[in-house]
Amino acid sequence: MTIMRPLLGAAAATALATGAALADPGLIIDLGGKFDRSFNESAYNGAQRWAEETGGDYMETELSSEAQREQNMRRMADRGADPIVTMGFANASTLEQIASDYPDTTFVIIDAVVEQPNVQSIMFDEHTGSYLVGIMAAMASETGTVSFVGGMDVPLIRRFACGYAEGAKSVNPDIEVIANMTGTTPAAWNDPVKGGELTRSQISQGSDVVYAAAGGTGVGVLQAAADEEILAIGVDSNQNYMHPGTMLTSMVKRVDNAVYDTFVAGTEGTIEPGLQTKGLADEGVGVAIDEHNEDLVTKEMMAAVEEAREGIIAGDIEVHDYYEDDSCPALSF
Amino acid sequence: MSYLDLIQILDSTIRLATPLLFACLAGLFSERAGVFDIGLEGKILISAFFSAAIAALTGSVWLGLLAGIAASVVFSAIHGLASITFRGDQLISGVAINFLAAGMTVLIAQDWFAQGGRTPALSGEARFASIDLPFAEALSGIPLLGPLYAEAISGHTILVYAGLLTVPLTWYVLFRTRFGLRLRAVGENPGAVDTAGVSVVRLRYAAVLICGVLCGFAGSYLATGLAASFTQNMSAGRGYIALAALIFAKWRPWYALGACLLFGLLQAVSNRYSSLDLGIVEIPNAFVLALPYILTVVILAGFVGRAVPPRAGGTPYVKER
Repeated sequence: MTIMRPLLGAAAATALATGAALADPGLIIDLGGKFDRSFNESAYNGAQRWAEETGGDYMETELSSEAQREQNMRRMADRGADPIVTMGFANASTLEQIASDYPDTTFVIIDAVVEQPNVQSIMFDEHTGSYLVGIMAAMASETGTVSFVGGMDVPLIRRFACGYAEGAKSVNPDIEVIANMTGTTPAAWNDPVKGGELTRSQISQGSDVVYAAAGGTGVGVLQAAADEEILAIGVDSNQNYMHPGTMLTSMVKRVDNAVYDTFVAGTEGTIEPGLQTKGLADEGVGVAIDEHNEDLVTKEMMAAVEEAREGIIAGDIEVHDYYEDDSCPALSF
Repeated sequence: MSYLDLIQILDSTIRLATPLLFACLAGLFSERAGVFDIGLEGKILISAFFSAAIAALTGSVWLGLLAGIAASVVFSAIHGLASITFRGDQLISGVAINFLAAGMTVLIAQDWFAQGGRTPALSGEARFASIDLPFAEALSGIPLLGPLYAEAISGHTILVYAGLLTVPLTWYVLFRTRFGLRLRAVGENPGAVDTAGVSVVRLRYAAVLICGVLCGFAGSYLATGLAASFTQNMSAGRGYIALAALIFAKWRPWYALGACLLFGLLQAVSNRYSSLDLGIVEIPNAFVLALPYILTVVILAGFVGRAVPPRAGGTPYVKER
């Protein structure tokens, strides 16, 4: 929230200067669904917050299949939405093609980089946020084994897994990290039954802390963890409220703030194409501590997390980024 | 792989095989009576939705189960109406049911709960709890068999045991009762059954409705036993794998149990190991997941025994005039 205030102030000043909003912004919810309690829901919450605070309207559609990406983006642009926020790396190739057809519309893509003059790309440092929850997982684990359930097996999810494994190994070099991916198709974002089964399998291999970065599949992971009474770590949105008592924390990725900021900047015409990276320093990623998990988080954990956070921001700790060389020293997939 | 690993994989196998087993036996009844049913998937899905929705609304998993079965039976009746009474194409009717279920569940869920096509998470009485079989604790100390009984066989939900009991029940009904004899006859030679003065239509309806009830169990187990809510398309192709298992089992109940356990085992193994290292070769995960389909094709192609479907399967019965 700290970076929000100057932004809001700037936005308000421009609003006074330019008068009314230019056009309604648009949001395209990705596969996984609006209420995945995770990535997409976070975006939806950001858009809702914008609508409530400004009283503005925005357009929204939800993809129901892979084939609708281009159609939805074009329809939204044709209807005059500006800016148009698309959620997720899977939109990158489509956006690359169609962005030049709508030179007057600004597109925003989250989790991927598209180099077009009218596209703003927003990336999050998932690896550093995951590093922090990895530290907490390793400190909370009694068995010396922690685990990870990913959604679709893509570089983005491996980036989560890699940061998590590195964080865990920074506390205990001998810790065992089990990682499973739900699948290789977009259906893997929405298969809670398989997520639960993967979790049970990991528990039977000794894991007592599981980190889910799997969209809607994560609901099944967190449920299985609650049923088997082990600790779980949520992702993207703050998911601590879902199973108080077994939720160690959530690796929040402030997609809601990104969408909110984009809507504010977009409707005032101050949006800037290009790449924006949100990390630990500007609280784009972080760990969630609230009334649902404060009993599980010890002072030592808090101190370790804070120390690592400062170390990463200052550059003293280098967290390996899977995007850099498509490999992970701390974990083999 | 240690013995304990093996037991844990078996435990997972039994959980994963149960929805397949219910659906497979459902298909067995229907197809043995000469009505092909590609709509198992849709019936599982509609039942999963209604059991989760009613369980969430009433807080009782048993009412949820009943609602799931009722919904699945209604879909079966539609299939029966189209393919028995109106003598339509059974495959097309089945496909239509799959599409209807996929769309309808999300639509109703959105209207009732406004959570993007999900139902609220279930807890407590609204879910099937796992039950411990008698003496599980006491016997767990016995070497080898003890842990197997305590870990893998005990501690599942009641529907798992119901599913296992359905196998001998199905065998008894089909092969030891007059109803079963007629049901099988109607799938082989409906003309002969008609000549004997037994209603073909009534028998086929009975089979299709039994199929609906069993699919209802499968869907309910998925949403209230394995998971704790309904999510969009949560059946995830299990109806089709069950059909494959049915062919693999050559339309026989005990073989069906074996086929479903084998397919469940393959899923469990692929969940646990990202790739299978057999020393000389390393088998990728995707291959293990595809094995059920490959095995079914091998069986269908006649390499390992022959799978002969019921002779009158797929053809509507027309009485001669």
